[in-house]
Amino acid sequence: MVAFLVRRILQMIPIMLGVSLLIFLLFTTVGEDPVRLALGNHATPDAIANLRAKWGLDQPLYMQYLDFLKQIVTLDFGESFTTGDRLSEMFARGALVSLSLTVPPFVLGLIVNLAIAVLIAFYRGSWFDRYSTFLFVAAMSISYLVYIMFFQYVFAFKFGWFPINGYEFGWGAIPYLVLPWIIIAVVSAGPDIRLFRTVFLDETKADYVRTAFAKGCSPGRVMFKHIMKNAMIPILTYTVINIPTLILGAFLMERFFSIPGTGDILITAINNGDFPIIKGLTVLIAISFTVFNLITDILYAYVDPRVQLD
Amino acid sequence: MEKVETMQIANQAGVQQQEGESLGKRAIKRLLRRKFILACFGVVSLYILIAIVGYLGLLPDFQARVGGSYEPPSLEFAKLLGTDIFGRSILFKILVGTKTAMTIGFLVMLISIPIGLFFGSIAGYYGGKVDAGVMWIYTVLSSIPNLLLLIGISYALGKGLLSICVAMGAVGWVGLCRLIRGEVMKHKNLEYVLAVRLLGAGDMRIMFRHILPNVFHLAIISASLAMLSAIKSEVILTYLGVGIQNGASWGTMVADATGELVNGIWWPLLGVSSAMFIILYALNVVGDALRDALDPKLVD
Repeated sequence: MVAFLVRRILQMIPIMLGVSLLIFLLFTTVGEDPVRLALGNHATPDAIANLRAKWGLDQPLYMQYLDFLKQIVTLDFGESFTTGDRLSEMFARGALVSLSLTVPPFVLGLIVNLAIAVLIAFYRGSWFDRYSTFLFVAAMSISYLVYIMFFQYVFAFKFGWFPINGYEFGWGAIPYLVLPWIIIAVVSAGPDIRLFRTVFLDETKADYVRTAFAKGCSPGRVMFKHIMKNAMIPILTYTVINIPTLILGAFLMERFFSIPGTGDILITAINNGDFPIIKGLTVLIAISFTVFNLITDILYAYVDPRVQLD
Repeated sequence: MEKVETMQIANQAGVQQQEGESLGKRAIKRLLRRKFILACFGVVSLYILIAIVGYLGLLPDFQARVGGSYEPPSLEFAKLLGTDIFGRSILFKILVGTKTAMTIGFLVMLISIPIGLFFGSIAGYYGGKVDAGVMWIYTVLSSIPNLLLLIGISYALGKGLLSICVAMGAVGWVGLCRLIRGEVMKHKNLEYVLAVRLLGAGDMRIMFRHILPNVFHLAIISASLAMLSAIKSEVILTYLGVGIQNGASWGTMVADATGELVNGIWWPLLGVSSAMFIILYALNVVGDALRDALDPKLVD
């Protein structure tokens, strides 16, 4: 176990090198010049040179990259180009906002979608199964943007049940968040339920299901006692591996509803050529992806005794 | 005997809902199901046909004024879906947008599928250092949020249709590569591969002449998925300002519709989202049908 952990953590190093190099190449060498963006078109050459030196952009590229690597190791990404804020504070604030947006529909959606999927799998092949499959495929065929625009227009603008957009820190955020929560839950229902249903149906073909029937278990007992336990393994890993996306929030949702989460920070940073933010957020997200990958593997071995960590 | 038993057990569990139905009834039901899939194939073909007609220069000019600004839908052909702010036909814009969307879908497919097949094959076949290298590339790519990569690459290549296609292609091959790699690993030790190796076939010949045809169904399934996600992503990228800059695309239409909706102009959004819904639905069904039809484990 310890050897496994150590090896997996060592394996993160080449991945992080790759991620940092790719992000560095994409956004430093080809993006817009942040100094020009910050100072505008009428800046004096002196001012430009000063700012360049202050941000370390006068260094040769390999030095800038080494600097970036140092930032990754210390997890200190400096300050934003545009606002001058400390990035660690910005990210912490943004991540909290994003989590307030994504966690409630994630948890609620998981419970509701699982329940619906079990129901569908239990009555598989019936009209209920067929119509719901039809409905979920239809729901998956509508663009995310159209969902947001439609819900925002109908429920916030037309009926006025919710504020159109905005955010408040603390409990005051809830009225602003309810509509985005609903949208996220609705959008995730289609793909999740279909996946869960497939998982349940795959399990019904397993030998142990036949054994359970052979010894006289009722269909309900087989579904909830036997199949449920085994189906939870793929569902659990699918769920855990998706947790990092919660930190990132939902780009489009944050943009449409003016919610200042990490997704919104990132898009704004891209538009402003705010390279430190892009670098920092990407690296943090990549790290959390790898960490949750690792957690998934450990969980897998924990819930399924056939899997050995080596 | 064993089969009968399983069937009974399955019946008990409700797997076979057709229990008690006549053979004919079942056949009709199945045919209807097939017809529905056929209809979806038809829809995809229709969209492709519109794109081809567009390339032949036969689609009506979407820039031409057909009426006043923001006319709601009426029975006149050009105004079936209403007009936009400049009095241009929404229907014509959607048709030209179809050409753009299908072009993007095909280009992304043409870029991502061969890359996925190639890297997946060599990683699975050679194993060792080659495998480690390919795995490193795809782990790096999948550790970075997709949208960020897409935005980054399309910025790097300059905004426009071709660059978002390259971006989506460069990101989209990872899933297929992973699948092919796994399959090739299973296949490379099977008897038929050993046999052709004994006959003196080289690595390239074994990989691409003998193993590839046996795993190619994965590429067909993921081609339909690649097209689907390319059409969806174009809309989002264009809305965020990195996609199509000029010309008609569904993405620019959706982006324009945001402001129009507030003023009660609902028909541009309705038109474009219906056009998108129909092709996405058809592609979803076609993808599922292909997966079922090509699944060797499924006997029905």
